[in-house]
Amino acid sequence: MAGSNPNAKPMNLTLKVWRQQNRTAKGGIVDYQVKDISPDMSFLEMLDVLNEDLLRKGEEPVAFDHDCREGICGSCNLFINGRAHGPEKGTTTCQLHMRKFSDGDTITIEPWRANAFPVNKDLSVDRSAFDRIIQAGGYVSVNTGGTPDGNEIPIPKEIADRAFEAATCIACGACVASCKNASAMLFVSAKVSQLALLPQGQVERKSRVENMVAQMDKEGFGACTNIGSCAAECPVGISLENIAILNREFLAAKASSNNLA
Amino acid sequence: MNLDSKIPEGPLAEKWDTHKFNVKLVNPANKRKYDVIVVGTGLAGASAAASLAELGYNVKAFTYHDSPRRAHSIAAQGGINAAKNYQNDGDSVFRLFYDTIKGGDYRAREANVYRLAQVSVNIIDQCVAQGVPFAREYGGLLANRSFGGAQVSRTFYARGQTGQQLLLGAYSALSRQVAYGKVKLYTRSEMLDVVVVDGKAQGIVTRNLITGEIEKHAAHAVVLATGGYGNVFYLSTNAKYCNVTAPWRAHKKGALFANPCFTQIHPTCIPVSGDYQSKLTLMSESLRNDGRVWVPATKEMAERLRAGQIRVQDIPEEERDYFLERKYPAFGNLVPRDVASRNAKQMCDEGRGVGATGLAVYLDFADIIKRTGADSVAQKYGNLFDMYAKITGENPYEQPMRIYPAVHYTMGGLWVDYNLQTTIPGLYATGECNFSDHGANRLGASALMQGLADGYFVIPYTIGDYLAKTTPKPVTTEHPAFNEAETAVRTRIQQLLSINGTRTPDDFHKALGHIMWEYCGMARNAEGLRHAKAEIQKLRREFWSDLKVVGVSEDMNQTLEKAGRVADFLELGELMIDDAYNRNESCGGHFREEYQDELGEAKRNDDEYAYVAAWEYVGDNQPEVLHKEELQFENVKLTQRSYK
Repeated sequence: MAGSNPNAKPMNLTLKVWRQQNRTAKGGIVDYQVKDISPDMSFLEMLDVLNEDLLRKGEEPVAFDHDCREGICGSCNLFINGRAHGPEKGTTTCQLHMRKFSDGDTITIEPWRANAFPVNKDLSVDRSAFDRIIQAGGYVSVNTGGTPDGNEIPIPKEIADRAFEAATCIACGACVASCKNASAMLFVSAKVSQLALLPQGQVERKSRVENMVAQMDKEGFGACTNIGSCAAECPVGISLENIAILNREFLAAKASSNNLA
Repeated sequence: MNLDSKIPEGPLAEKWDTHKFNVKLVNPANKRKYDVIVVGTGLAGASAAASLAELGYNVKAFTYHDSPRRAHSIAAQGGINAAKNYQNDGDSVFRLFYDTIKGGDYRAREANVYRLAQVSVNIIDQCVAQGVPFAREYGGLLANRSFGGAQVSRTFYARGQTGQQLLLGAYSALSRQVAYGKVKLYTRSEMLDVVVVDGKAQGIVTRNLITGEIEKHAAHAVVLATGGYGNVFYLSTNAKYCNVTAPWRAHKKGALFANPCFTQIHPTCIPVSGDYQSKLTLMSESLRNDGRVWVPATKEMAERLRAGQIRVQDIPEEERDYFLERKYPAFGNLVPRDVASRNAKQMCDEGRGVGATGLAVYLDFADIIKRTGADSVAQKYGNLFDMYAKITGENPYEQPMRIYPAVHYTMGGLWVDYNLQTTIPGLYATGECNFSDHGANRLGASALMQGLADGYFVIPYTIGDYLAKTTPKPVTTEHPAFNEAETAVRTRIQQLLSINGTRTPDDFHKALGHIMWEYCGMARNAEGLRHAKAEIQKLRREFWSDLKVVGVSEDMNQTLEKAGRVADFLELGELMIDDAYNRNESCGGHFREEYQDELGEAKRNDDEYAYVAAWEYVGDNQPEVLHKEELQFENVKLTQRSYK
């Protein structure tokens, strides 16, 4: 069937895929061949082809996380040829299309590598550490009901836009996977910035940043050494500026809780 | 079975307030003695779990995702409706109610829809207070955009990622309750059965998707917020994991399933590019505010275009047929989804479709780009344009998008009364997983509204009424019904693993999707439906004799997960066919070719079909029994919908 580019030729590829039975088993790279891959396929559809082949042969398909396949749920998380989400800038794995590869290519596919993200199986990892960081303070403490009319909290458009930009983080973990220290600073800073910028976030501004950073450390994420690979590899363009905001917020909070402010 | 919708007495505008006063309350000190299970953590589930926990109930929340934030609500793009009338353009609760009833082609319950419109305004306030970064005007106030099926501007949005921002708001509220210990969160847990004790829902059976462990959980009440079943068509805009298993298991335990054939085909999706296609991607309806839909005026021109003899840029203005603007001058490109979809199909059926397959129409932004500049368009729709370019390899700033309708939302679902309770006492259904508010067609930006209305503002009141009448004695999984349900779940898993045939779950799923789309999709007729029923029964037999699943149950096994979901879709598909066959009229998303006027518009039959079709499961391979809830329209006049 013809796609948007009817002249594009199907490709044959060699895949080097990380296989690991479960969290405690030892894993390793296994080679597979896939044939007749259309350039209009998404990367995950290419893996679907591999998995259907494996299943028909009676072998276990490769486990990987995915769901919406439109770049927003943050489930997909493949380390492709040494890069989080592969070669295309600003793109999640599910939105990466095979037209970015060439016939005869060898593609290495690994899970995120970080102590705080243990492997469940094959390419699937456990990112519940992110949830626990949000539980530590990534919210405004309002109950349902009794809130003021939406327009009683006017917010300058520029501020609302900046908060929105920070809030678009999809918690995929590419920032952690790309960082040589496996630091989660970009993820944490995105939420801290969003709420620090908005009037709704002011009441708990100090406790939030302290608690979230403490939880981040507790989960075993590394320290930030200002390399910036997190922002460079972020599929949704979360800005490094957020880390600067986080640092400022954290210092201010610490200073005032130590009565230095 | 007597279907009692429990609609409160009194005038429409007072029903909800009256009801809130009349429902029984659980005293604050007793709330902690009640356990509530919430299955699903999308908008409807996360908002319900958080709100119930805030009230003091002990909540157990379950999701098959690795985090509550991955639920498919996150992918909703365009916005959320609310009757705020911030634009001073004549909106009101009654108008939102009226638009929703009319948009649903008069197949929804008046009282539920009115309540939805009433609480819509509270949702916006709640989300703003949580820090949801809605779009703002320069003066700092909330911005609105227009959406299909309405002539006022009442849609609140966060660029093209409104669902994401609302879900993250609900997720943050849920996370806060997890931190307080009021919600126990079970991730990567799939519900595989409801446990009914003495006629009441008292728990669920789940499978841990990492370890394969089968678990039993007891509670005083169970809320299903598990989304829609659009993936019965295989290709849809739903996320890959979306499935019908939770409500279908409940259905087989006695919950009636209402209007299963009411599915929404969204007009603006990126067309299919090949048979490897795993899902379809929506381009938000908000694009129809500024994009103009057209096809070549003649079949000959379309053929030359498809053959690559001419380019889209070569087609002069007078050779373009802006068919929605031509046929529906009052609403133009903003007609409701069912109308827009059917018209696109009609153009392609006439041979005027575009793209390599001929199954696409253009959505053109040239005018707005010329008028306001590419930057301003990027500001509004940037992420959607980028997504389109990534998927198709084409630049929508330079050439029109190609779009085609795709399955998007299911209006049908578990039958619920005004309290959102199913026909199993103690079992509730919220959000897309119930049938209650959208009739035969949902208006854009109303799914987010309903999910959050149910979770934040309806269920916290109505579930209290049930719990107040239930003893606060602790519930356990000791009752034999739990072991029976567990055994049934284990047996079924073993069955799936032991067939050892030749065809994969995806293979069956695609075959099912093909049947559903061909015969129960945008257009249906009696003969096709009869054929489809036989085809599905055949496919189901093949499934249970030729399925291939490898691996074991005591491990992460995504093929096994998939197989269980496809097995349920194979049963649901047949019920959808039965429902579509039974409904001898066209309404909303249900278009029966036998029932149309000379211009091809849907012809409703209010005398015979102004009812909710609620189906009762009575045993495997037995025809389901139809129960009817007659719809009473006291506040709107049933008319032929006209968007001309």
